Amino acid sequence: MAANPMSQFDVYRIGPEIKVGAFDISFTNASLFMILSTVSILLVFNLGSKKNSILPNKIQLLAELSYTFVSKMISDTAGSKAKPYFAFIFSLFMFVLFCNMFGMIPYTFTVTSHIIVTFVLAAFIFIGVTVIGFIKHGFGYLKLFVPSGVPAVLLPLIVVIEIISYLSRPISLSVRLFANMMAGHTMMKVFGGFVISLGIVGGWLPLSFSVALTGLEILVAFLQAYVFAILTCIYLNDALNLHH
Amino acid sequence: MVKKIYFQSIFFSFFFIKEAFAAESGGMPQLNPEFWVSQIFWLILTFGIMYLVLSKLILPKISNNLESRKSQILENIEAAEKHREDSDAKLKEYDEIISESKLEANSIFNQAREKALKDIGAKREVLDKQINNEIAEAEKEIDALRKNAPDKINKIAIETSSELLQKLIGAEVNNSSISAIVDDLSKRNGDKYYGN
Repeated sequence: MAANPMSQFDVYRIGPEIKVGAFDISFTNASLFMILSTVSILLVFNLGSKKNSILPNKIQLLAELSYTFVSKMISDTAGSKAKPYFAFIFSLFMFVLFCNMFGMIPYTFTVTSHIIVTFVLAAFIFIGVTVIGFIKHGFGYLKLFVPSGVPAVLLPLIVVIEIISYLSRPISLSVRLFANMMAGHTMMKVFGGFVISLGIVGGWLPLSFSVALTGLEILVAFLQAYVFAILTCIYLNDALNLHH
Repeated sequence: MVKKIYFQSIFFSFFFIKEAFAAESGGMPQLNPEFWVSQIFWLILTFGIMYLVLSKLILPKISNNLESRKSQILENIEAAEKHREDSDAKLKEYDEIISESKLEANSIFNQAREKALKDIGAKREVLDKQINNEIAEAEKEIDALRKNAPDKINKIAIETSSELLQKLIGAEVNNSSISAIVDDLSKRNGDKYYGN
């Protein structure tokens, strides 16, 4: 197991196999860490909203800072019309952030390092944003693919490019998060393997790299959650405000 | 620098992964569809429950807390502003009272001084009058004395000279002739003796 840096991404069944029809929905280590993340989120924010004191304690401050952080992010990128979607973007940001951060603990499983998880999130966002766009603007939403101020000659090309870029949104959104998580964790594992293989003499260099990488990965974990949420906001802004 | 190392390491790690692929048949576990449905199911379940709890229960509470804090702070600021205005007004009142009482004290002082001066003036006048009267009386007395003095002196002189003459001569002398002489002398020498 230690030799293969990819084995940390293995999904395995915990407990019995659960089948619904043809589908296997067994409880796995991925499920375990999804539950851990969501339960910790709910715990932190429940504790942070329980008491309403004028001078907040630490956990209340944490909850309120997160709230204002996400709310500011949404109002800055998508404007005031995006307020009804605040809860979703907040949940999304917190879910990705906590899953990423749980992955930074040794011997844990990183939920977001699986393309299927990030793709489901990204596809849901893509479909949701598209539906919102069509509800708000009808077929006028298709104007999104026709940027203003483009010469008529270039228009067919631009529209094709716009459509491709629009359709690739869920892929880029999901692959960005998944690849960042997988690459970072793989690299840490590789450097950890080097520490062992180079031993007491040469192992110090990869060890120091490992330490630096851990810091970097924590940064990446936060940054990717932020990027995921802010891109969602930007897509939502396109759907709500439709100025290109 | 760190970025360069980072990307080199990513490249290197993929190289490593390739070797791992060669060594094991599994490859990237992410691309193994065995547990995809399970992952999707649990993702929707956990995320859905978390979303519902957050949006229905927790986030409204946090927003409520933030709002109530904001309004309370605003209220407090308003109350503080009001208190400040009140204290400003009180301070003004106090200043007015102080200046008024200062004026009053000044006027009282002035009145008192005037009264005292008047009293002193009146007393002085009375005293002056008294003194003047006394002086006038004394002067009168002195005048009377001065007027009487030559007569008395003449009389003394007449009597003395008549007795002197009687002792010297041994005979009675006529007083009227002596008084005539004395009168004549005193008239001649009066200026010398009385300084008139």
